[in-house]
This record gives sequence, C-alpha cells and structure tokens, in this order.
Amino acid sequence: MSSSNNPLPLSIRGLRKAYGDVVAVNGIDLEAYPGECFGLLGPNGAGKTTTIEICEGLTAPDSGTVELLGLSWKNSSAELRERIGIQLQETQFPEKLTVEEIVQLFRSFYRHGLRPGKIIETVQLTEKKSARAGSLSGGQKQRLAMACALVGDPELLFLDEPTTGLDPQARRHLWDLVEDLKKAGRTIILTTHYMDEAERLCDRVAVMDQGRIIALGTPRELIATIGAEHIVEFVVDGLAADLEAEALQRLEGVQHTRVDNGRYQLSVSELHTSVPELFGELARRRIKLTELRTHSATLEDVFVSLTGRNLRDE
Amino acid sequence: MSERALHTPARDLELDTNGFWDRSLVQLTFARFRLFFREPEAIFWIFVFPILLAFGLGIAFRNQPPEVPRIGVVGNNLAKALRSGKDLSVKTMDRAGGELALKTGRIQLLAISTPNGVIYRYDDTNPDSRIARLVTDRALQASSGQPEPFKTINDLVREPGSRYIDFVVPGLLGMNLMGSAIWGVGLAIVDFRQKKLLKRLVASPMRRWQYLAAFVLSRLLMLPVEVVAFLAFAVFVFGVPLRGSLWQLAVLCIIASLSFNALGLLTASRARTMEAVSGLMNLVMLPMWILSGIFFSADRFPGVVQPFIRALPLTAVIDALRANMLQGTGFTQLHWQLAVMAAWFVIPFFLALRLFRWR
Repeated sequence: MSSSNNPLPLSIRGLRKAYGDVVAVNGIDLEAYPGECFGLLGPNGAGKTTTIEICEGLTAPDSGTVELLGLSWKNSSAELRERIGIQLQETQFPEKLTVEEIVQLFRSFYRHGLRPGKIIETVQLTEKKSARAGSLSGGQKQRLAMACALVGDPELLFLDEPTTGLDPQARRHLWDLVEDLKKAGRTIILTTHYMDEAERLCDRVAVMDQGRIIALGTPRELIATIGAEHIVEFVVDGLAADLEAEALQRLEGVQHTRVDNGRYQLSVSELHTSVPELFGELARRRIKLTELRTHSATLEDVFVSLTGRNLRDE
Repeated sequence: MSERALHTPARDLELDTNGFWDRSLVQLTFARFRLFFREPEAIFWIFVFPILLAFGLGIAFRNQPPEVPRIGVVGNNLAKALRSGKDLSVKTMDRAGGELALKTGRIQLLAISTPNGVIYRYDDTNPDSRIARLVTDRALQASSGQPEPFKTINDLVREPGSRYIDFVVPGLLGMNLMGSAIWGVGLAIVDFRQKKLLKRLVASPMRRWQYLAAFVLSRLLMLPVEVVAFLAFAVFVFGVPLRGSLWQLAVLCIIASLSFNALGLLTASRARTMEAVSGLMNLVMLPMWILSGIFFSADRFPGVVQPFIRALPLTAVIDALRANMLQGTGFTQLHWQLAVMAAWFVIPFFLALRLFRWR
C-alpha cells in the first residue's frame, strides 16, 4: 500500500479564474499528498476562496484542470461528493434545527459515513446535541460545520477559513480538532489568513497573493528562505537595569537587538551558539534571568519579505 | 482493507443507510416540517387566519330573518284584525303620531280606519311601502273571511349553497392553498440562500431534486390539517355544503397544492434577498387575488380577458372547488381545470429545477 499506487488527493494545473476584469486566480499549480494538511495562506482577496471553491467543484475555472483523488468534477462529480468533506466560509445553519437534527440531515446525504452521535462526540458537541443551532456560540457553530464536513467520513477535507471570527479560546479548540483529524490520517486542505494557524496546523503551505502562489513549502522551509532566524526573548531581574543593548549585540550570532519595556529581544541565526553566549554574559555580570523564551521567525515575516506588505493590511 | 477504514474504527462506520428514517428525502422533508412548526407566526397565518377570515365574512354576510313590513294603525278594531296575520308588525297610533312615524320612515304605511273604509297612506315610489300595502290589504281581506279565489301553497326555498358564505368558502380555501404554498416555499428558500446553506447543501452529495421535492412533500403532509380544519369550521359553523365526492375534493386540494408549490419554487428560484422575493411573490399572486374569483365571480371581467383568467392556476382551483363543493360536479366535467392545474405543476417545477440559483 505505497502512496505511489494511490492517486494524489489534489492536483491542480494552470488554474485561472476571472470575474469580469478582476483576475481572482492567475495560473496556479498545486499538489497535495495523502495524509498531509496543506494550507493556502494569504491576505483577504488573494484568491484563496476562489481556488478552494474551484477544487470543491462549486465554481468552474476559466481554464486549467483539477483532479481530486484521481477524479475530475466533469466525469465523477457524484462520486467525488461522496468522498470529500467541505466546510464553507460563513455557512449559517437553520437556527431552529438542533445540532443532532442537522448532523442527521447531512448524514442522510451520504451512502457511507459515520454515526451522527460519534461525529458530534468528535467535534465535542455532545452536551449541545439537543440545542438549536441558533443558540450556539461562534466556535460551536464552526464545530457543527466541521461535523457536517466529516459526517461522510471523507478522504479529503476542505476547510475554508475555519477560525475566522472566533475568539482565541475557540480557535485553539478548533486547532486541537484539526490536529486530531490529521492524526487520524485525513488529507486536509485549508485556507487561512492567520500565519500562526498555518504554522501550527499545516505540513506544507502555499502563500498566495493577488491570484498567484508566491511561495510553497513547509513552514520551516519558507522561514529559512529569509535567513533562518530565531528570536530569543528574555527578562532579567529588575535591579540589573545596566544591561545595555550594545553589549548584547556583540555576542556571537546576534544579528539584531531590541529592548521593549524591559523585555529583551534578540534575532539570532543559531540558538545553540547564541544562547550559551547569553548565559555566559549574564553570569559574568551577575544578572539574574527571570524569564527566557525562544521562537522561530514566522510566516508573517516571510509574507512581508516577499511582498513588502503585512498579511492583514487591507 | 481500504485506507478509509484505517482512520475510522469499524464500529463507527455505517455502511448502509436503508432505514426509512435515514433516507435523505425523508430527512429533508422532516427538516422542513420541523422548521415550519417551530415558527409560530407561520402557524397563525396558515391555520388560524383563514378561519378568522371565514368567520368574519360569515358574520358580515349572514342571512337575516325575513323582514316584516312595519305599519301604523289608527283604530283599535282595525289593528286587532291586522294582528291576526304573522306577516306584519302592527303598532296602534293616533293620527298625528302616525303621520310623524310615516314621515320619519319608522313605519312604511299608515292604515286609518274611517266610516267609509280603510285609508292606506304610503309612498308608492318606495318598494317596501308597496309591499306593506299589498300585505296589509291581503291580511285585511283575509280577516273578513273572504274565500280565496285560487288555492295556493307556499314552498320556502332557503337552500344552503346559494348564500354568499357558500360562494366565498371555496374561494378562501383556494386562496389559502396558494398563499401558504407560495409564502412558505419562497421565504424558506431565500432564507437558505442568504445563509449560504443552499451552497453548503450542493457541496454535499444531496440530490438537488430532492431538496425541491421536500418542500412539496412537507406541504402535502400539512395539507390535511390545514384543509380539514378550515372546511370543518365552514361546515359546522356555517353549514356550507360538501356535495361532491370527498376523495375528489381531497385530490383537488393535493393537485392545487402541488401546482402552487411549484409556482413558489419558480418564484424563489433566482431571488437573493427577502425583499426581492416578497415583491416577486406579490407580483405573482396579486393578479390572481383580483381576477380568480375569490370574493366575487370571475365572470364579471370582460370577455376579452376571460381566456387569460381561465388559464390562471387559482381560477382553475377555485372553479373546481366550487363545482365540487356546491354542485357536486365530478372530475369528468372538470377536465379543463385539472389540466390547467397539472400544467402549472409540471412546467414551473422543471423550470425551477433548471433556473434554480444554488449559491
């Protein structure tokens, strides 16, 4: 059962779509591999939703081909509908139907699928199964949409901006759910304009801007293209206010230093050389470290370096 | 072992959904049913409003007891003679009081006893006064014991079926079948379209015709309640007759509902907003409210427009309902109406399926 025997979950060639004079998708090629979570990242209006809706067979492209699981919408739309799961941006479910009724309704459309009760459990809405959709919170509504996407036990799952408009807790909740689905081995295609979401969930990311793909790779690879930076953030004991930025700048591998309200931020190329250097310097000066954090540079920085704009500049 | 089974424990995988309840058409139909009954306003407009309307019209146009001429009489013996009949309301008066009552219209005739005979004072241009004159004179002659030259028998005809309430009940029933179908379908579809639910549904393997058929089916399931409640009210409260075959009446209601549902689907097939669809529905229904003979006979319109009026679905429905209920006419004499109704089902349904905007 090697993956070469199985057709690719998603394969796009030369996709183009224009609405009047506005070119929404301008010639893109993409592939997704079995079991991966593939992200389309880009600002609003980059063409993500148009692209994903063409993949979902909801919009016809002007030119180019789309193959899902080795099948095309033209010849096998009925079979594809059975085998993929879709969550659209901003679907509102009928307010006066309960969670269970809605999942049951969607379950009835599929020949094969999961028990509604099991799905509701998966998306953690069991306590709310008799509640009407109108009474759910934003995050719960999004999880209900996820349940409707999963109910046919899809091989390929499309999620269009699954966390847009959710509060931070609801977002994390939904991320956990997507990670569980990844662990279960489903192929997931998702769009988002949150780079932290793409970094956390996606195995590979295509960065889209103005209808084109401007970068493609794992989040780590993409970040590496801008200089493999790490960020070291630390706070020291309040008495040691005499730690000046110039001294830190001289440490090995430190490229840039920032002090912001008592919080030091160093951009470094390698953690394993710069962090011990920092520890040594602090020890020499008998300064007590109270907080230390390191993280990698983000996709946000990738987008900025590629376009000169921020992801969420509108 | 397929790849799918790897990520899903077998016990959670349902391979077959053969149960009646699991069929998508059944689920879609019951979803409609639930949405309808969880909307209290809809229940009022479809079940309660028509009954209130029939009640109001029934009260306004109820048949009054026959009116009896009111006369004033000067002279006690004369009054006594006239009171023996039941067809007059007799009041004894003096001359001056009688003249005043006559002038102000409280009585229609003043009969004055004089030694030379009885004088009738009345206005001969007023039909009521002339009737009063005839009835009074007849009562007076009868009281004198004059034999009648011809033997006559009164056979009273106060038949249910010829009253206004009998005419208007089939009209209201047809209007209600049209309104509930078109409003119910139109608003629900545009609501789903606005919520992007239609788009979500076609992104699933749902068969599109089933979505539209579910509207028709759920309306058919509600039909018995709606029609029976209204007709029972009309029959028991106003004695409206049901002279035709009841199963044919039921079939007529079903075909009527089918065609109005199809018309509702067509009306809502493209509209994106509630305002747009409300306007369209009024545009579709208004000509029928006026022309199709709900409250008065469609025959009153000029002959030129009659072919158009006869081709409207509501005209066909109301004509057929009236013929069935009031005259007991069977299907064999309702070919035209049945054909019109069937055409209004088939053509709009398939047109709607083609034109329907799913996103």
